[in-house]
Amino acid sequence: MSDTSKTVKKDPELQETVAPSDDPTAAPVSIVDPRLLVREEGLKGYWTEFKRKVKGGEIGSLPVVLGLIVIWTIFQLQNDRFLSADNLSNISYYMSATGMLAIGLVFVLLLGEIDLSVGSVSGLASTLFAVYVVNHGWNVWLALSLTLVIGALIGALQGWFFAKIGVPAFVVTLAGFLGWNGLMLWLLGASGTINIPDEGPVHLFGQSSFFMDQAVIGAYLLAGLGVASMLFGSLIEQRRRRAAGVPFRPTSEIALRVGLLAVAAFVSAYVLNQSAGVTNSLVIFLAALVIVDFVLRRTPYGRKVFAVGGGIEAARRAGINVPMIRITVFALSGFFAAVGGMFFAGQTQSATLNAGGGNTLMLAIAAAVIGGTSLFGGRGTVWSALLGMLVIQSIQTGLDLLNMNTSIQYMITGAVLLGAVVIDSVSRKSQKAAGRA
Amino acid sequence: MVHVSATPVLALRGVSKRFGAVQALTDVELEVHAGEVVALVGDNGAGKSTLVKTIAGVHPIDEGVIEWDGKPVSINKPHDAQGLGVATVYQDLALCDNLDVVGNLYLGRELLHRGVIDEVSMEKNARELLSTLSIRIPSVRIPIASLSGGQRQVVAIARALIGDPKIVILDEPTAALGVEQTAQVLDLVERLRERNLGVILISHNMADVKAVADTVAVLRLGKNNGSFPVKDTTHEEIIAAITGATDNAVTRRAGRRTTEAAK
Repeated sequence: MSDTSKTVKKDPELQETVAPSDDPTAAPVSIVDPRLLVREEGLKGYWTEFKRKVKGGEIGSLPVVLGLIVIWTIFQLQNDRFLSADNLSNISYYMSATGMLAIGLVFVLLLGEIDLSVGSVSGLASTLFAVYVVNHGWNVWLALSLTLVIGALIGALQGWFFAKIGVPAFVVTLAGFLGWNGLMLWLLGASGTINIPDEGPVHLFGQSSFFMDQAVIGAYLLAGLGVASMLFGSLIEQRRRRAAGVPFRPTSEIALRVGLLAVAAFVSAYVLNQSAGVTNSLVIFLAALVIVDFVLRRTPYGRKVFAVGGGIEAARRAGINVPMIRITVFALSGFFAAVGGMFFAGQTQSATLNAGGGNTLMLAIAAAVIGGTSLFGGRGTVWSALLGMLVIQSIQTGLDLLNMNTSIQYMITGAVLLGAVVIDSVSRKSQKAAGRA
Repeated sequence: MVHVSATPVLALRGVSKRFGAVQALTDVELEVHAGEVVALVGDNGAGKSTLVKTIAGVHPIDEGVIEWDGKPVSINKPHDAQGLGVATVYQDLALCDNLDVVGNLYLGRELLHRGVIDEVSMEKNARELLSTLSIRIPSVRIPIASLSGGQRQVVAIARALIGDPKIVILDEPTAALGVEQTAQVLDLVERLRERNLGVILISHNMADVKAVADTVAVLRLGKNNGSFPVKDTTHEEIIAAITGATDNAVTRRAGRRTTEAAK
């Protein structure tokens, strides 16, 4: 959105020249400020603008892409099975569970808050589901619905303490981190582990459930669908903008963007087909990303979330119900934590004592932040959950492949999280210096 | 400027407001006509903010009548004031830094197209609004954080116009601005008058008041202390009314002597 203004100089006929409506004889007033830097023609223009943005701290997904290249190179040098189709397929499957947690965290981070309870809530969700299905013999889909609703209610409760009582979100969710984990341990009781039959949602979220039953065409169908919807979406947007007389993306830029997506999508589809196919978990994760991205960018609710993250007082004065936004955002975080918990249950077909424990929470936060969602609120996209999870899961899978001890994994995860937050803080500082924050 | 309408759009008749033991406003009268800029001046604590807040619906009045187009109305919540057509531009904290200009202009009242935010129409209308007000900003799609203080202030004022108000209240719009930016905001105030809006301008800056206002309403210790047409009033007279400098033995004596001399 922000770069639509750059096209103004390129299309002289579009240069906004509007005479004040009440005085037709007055000289036309250009709405474009002469101080605004305008991208030059051609590739050089893109490059200089890119350099300027990086200097201004608008690095976007650049650190992720660079980080991913470095990580993949290092692991490939250590073990040549790392970039094999099977391993990449593993990464794509295992990233969806923590990725769901990261989606919920993106909402919370957009408010400039933190939810430390998502790991515990995900563990509790898998246990609740197991108790309903195994101990009480309920229908699996009913159990799934109830589990997800409870996840959302837990989040809403924490949000209520934060929004209405005024307890810092950090403390409320830290209490939740302990409390919900305790509830899970109490429910599991002496048995410790409940095995869940491999059916219904647990099978759907498992590693042996594939989109269109492993049909080769399935992966390409998904890739084609994604590329086509982006292409048509961009073209329709361009036509509407042209009709309304506001700056629009030139066709060349749309072609470039769609082309890049097409390459990424079809290469991924090819690689996954070389292995077993696209798991349903990945499809659900991607669908959730698309829906949430739409909600955040195109609906009044999403706009309100950004507004509260950018300035609480301004949001309040604009008539936004700030406590309602806060409570619903925490409810969404709890909901996605419960979804992630079901994905974990699908991975192991069981509810275990250490579900959602360990470094689950840290990985989810790290994913959202590495992907480019700011800890300081108001800036970010849900795609950071995807990009960040690619990095995090690559590290996890790579370390597993090298038979690294858990101790080493924890240390590396900690370092990665710190690095991501440092990048976020530094880029925010340079954004401030460049007047963009 | 001559009053263009006989009935004031907004009139306060004998309005009083108490906070506990403090009588913040006593029998205050104020009239704002369409196409009129009323400067509300007074020292700190004179009751300017309280008066504006009663109009904006933040504090309900205790006594008196608020008339809208000649008819008494009750304003108890900010929502009532907005419904009548009162838009208030606060001095600070009115914009979200992370949203772009279009997003801020339409914050809380986004245009929808089949339930989805209609960015295209919003951008088109925003550009039209900004250009009719001759507001120059680099682009309507850059975040507010990139704008200067003056540009933010004009965006905040433009934002008030999105709801099609009849009365615009500006709370010290030039307080933190430089020379050029102040001039821009004053230009904008004049353009609001040209659009036949009533403007209430709170300011401590006499130069600004003299530059754009038609009428100066002076408050002193919660009471009216004179309402002057700007054209026929000197700087000193306004200052005297604000500080109460005329209300002492020396000026009373001087007044008597001039009337005697006139005889």
